[in-house]
Amino acid sequence: MAAHDAHGHSEVGAHTQEAHIVPKRVYFLVFIALIILTWVTALVSRIDMGPWNIFVALFIAIIKASLVVFFFMHVWYGTRLTKMIVASGLFWLILLLFITMADLWTRNWMGVPGR
Amino acid sequence: MITAPPPVEVEKNYINAEHGLKSWLLTQDHKLIALLYLISVTAFFFIGGLFAVFIRLQLATPTGAMFDSNTYNKVFTMHGIIMVFFFLIPSIPATLGNFLIPLMVGAKDLAFPRINLLSWYIYIAGGLFTLWVLFNGGVDTGWTFYTPFSSSYSNGYVIAAGLGIFINGFSSILTGLNFIVTIHRMRAPGLTWFRLPLFVWAHYATSVIMILGTPVIAVTLFLLVLERGLHIGFFDPAYGGDPVLFQHLFWFYSHPAVYIMILPSMGVVSEVISTFCSKKPFGYTFIAFSSVAIAVFGFLVWGHHLFVSSQSVYAGMVFSVLSYIVAIPSAIKVFNWTATMYKGSVRLTTPMLYSLGFIGLFTIGGLTGLFLACLGMDVHLTDTYFVIAHFHYVMVGGAIMGYLAGVHFWWPKMFGRMYPEGWSKLSAVIIFVGFNLTFFPQFILGYMGMPRRYAAYPAEFQVLNVLSSAGASILGLGYLIPFVYLIWSLKYGKPAGPNPWGATGLEWQTASPPPTENFEITPVVTTEAYEYSTEEVVHVG
Repeated sequence: MAAHDAHGHSEVGAHTQEAHIVPKRVYFLVFIALIILTWVTALVSRIDMGPWNIFVALFIAIIKASLVVFFFMHVWYGTRLTKMIVASGLFWLILLLFITMADLWTRNWMGVPGR
Repeated sequence: MITAPPPVEVEKNYINAEHGLKSWLLTQDHKLIALLYLISVTAFFFIGGLFAVFIRLQLATPTGAMFDSNTYNKVFTMHGIIMVFFFLIPSIPATLGNFLIPLMVGAKDLAFPRINLLSWYIYIAGGLFTLWVLFNGGVDTGWTFYTPFSSSYSNGYVIAAGLGIFINGFSSILTGLNFIVTIHRMRAPGLTWFRLPLFVWAHYATSVIMILGTPVIAVTLFLLVLERGLHIGFFDPAYGGDPVLFQHLFWFYSHPAVYIMILPSMGVVSEVISTFCSKKPFGYTFIAFSSVAIAVFGFLVWGHHLFVSSQSVYAGMVFSVLSYIVAIPSAIKVFNWTATMYKGSVRLTTPMLYSLGFIGLFTIGGLTGLFLACLGMDVHLTDTYFVIAHFHYVMVGGAIMGYLAGVHFWWPKMFGRMYPEGWSKLSAVIIFVGFNLTFFPQFILGYMGMPRRYAAYPAEFQVLNVLSSAGASILGLGYLIPFVYLIWSLKYGKPAGPNPWGATGLEWQTASPPPTENFEITPVVTTEAYEYSTEEVVHVG
């Protein structure tokens, strides 16, 4: 283990020195992509696709969120542990949505007496 | 001739290293931040406790002597909000966890000291926001904020209270983040995962819940604010929403939040029982993994709060079975603690008394939870005083007993002084008696059908309610005694020395109170945790 400095922060400091340095070009490209996708979101909101409206809007939102998580939050260059933490967060979100929806899907399986 | 005694050189420690208000408010030392939290959560405990006093005074007579129904709604809401979000959730992690995790892993601080200080400021900001609500008319939704009452009908300050809790959530997330990174990356050489104290394992599991769950409550309350303020439909059927969706989202966090409260207490109890039996905990690995299992399974049981909502019966069946499963890792812990005591040389010190109280009360609280996890039984018991008694046995009998055990166990380490053992044992007994007298009658009241959250009740329930109110006054006295003697001990207590209990663990290898940098030389761990058989457990240097 690395030696401590006066406040004992050195381990984390040493870690950040190993971290990948992202060229500015990547940030600008991601920024432009986010602006374009925002513009696309606004554009498709004017087209009525019926039940697909929500899916298209969410699909674009997921791409945008992924760009932020991977590049602005450096997960693309992170360690396997970092990726696992992100994946577990995503898994927990799916768990929340899936089980909640499971309630909705099965609510009418049993008839309500008198109705 | 009288000569003045030579000046005694006071050893430098984290408390006297620097002086002045600035040194406290801008500190990055995890130990001082822990003390800031200790003072703050104690203040919130007594504010929340004051509302408990009001509740029990109101319920001493069937018609309610103190408040009208509207005011009573606000009183129990503020009791719940303050106790849950501003006392119980931060109580052990932010005070004892903050103080001890770096010491226990042999580090000089948490991984992100500035973020640690930030989390305290966020906590205070959220707390002041909520107190503002309190002084400006309060909120009457209950701490659960159920829609559509909260979003469309309540006259209270729902938006402000929701935002106060929303802000406070970030404090919890940052604390959890700090603990996880510290435990992963800052363990001393030789301190492998299975040499970690069980307190650290418990806090690791707690931190996982904090990070995965807290964003959901923050978003849920934010959606509530959007619906109430801007009439965007999420939960109110009038706007096209689903009120049961609110309950799903709310309990996805708030049920695991119970484990945020109880897991750190379990960590404390594991340490205390091992120390005062001078034995390695029976089944170390089982206790460690049962913490993780509770954290994981605790996330899959939230629907048992929705059995009498319009939740699907089939979803209810699954939630019921999963809720029963959580009893397994909880029982593993209780059996292992009991097995640790078997043939141990048990010392009945104050922390040990609180821990024994914890085991008994948590067992009652946990087993009555199984009554409520049972679909048919829950229809009868939902929203009755049985539920109130059940969760107070877990949260007060469990979490607060564990908190007091921990505060007494590590007080000599935190301040270098012993507290008066006679008074502390007396108060532990008073708290145990007062607690049971307060909450046991509520099981019977609930079973007989007394609903929660009502300002009045039928006259035949009065005897049990008076018993409960009388118990609350004893419990209140029990909480005041430690408050007095612990403050007294800061000046007048006997010096403790580095290891007054003869415990293993790295925190006992450094001075009491510890120096700012915790250890002069980074410790090297060469043995397993809780090695009571060998004389020299850990060498420092």
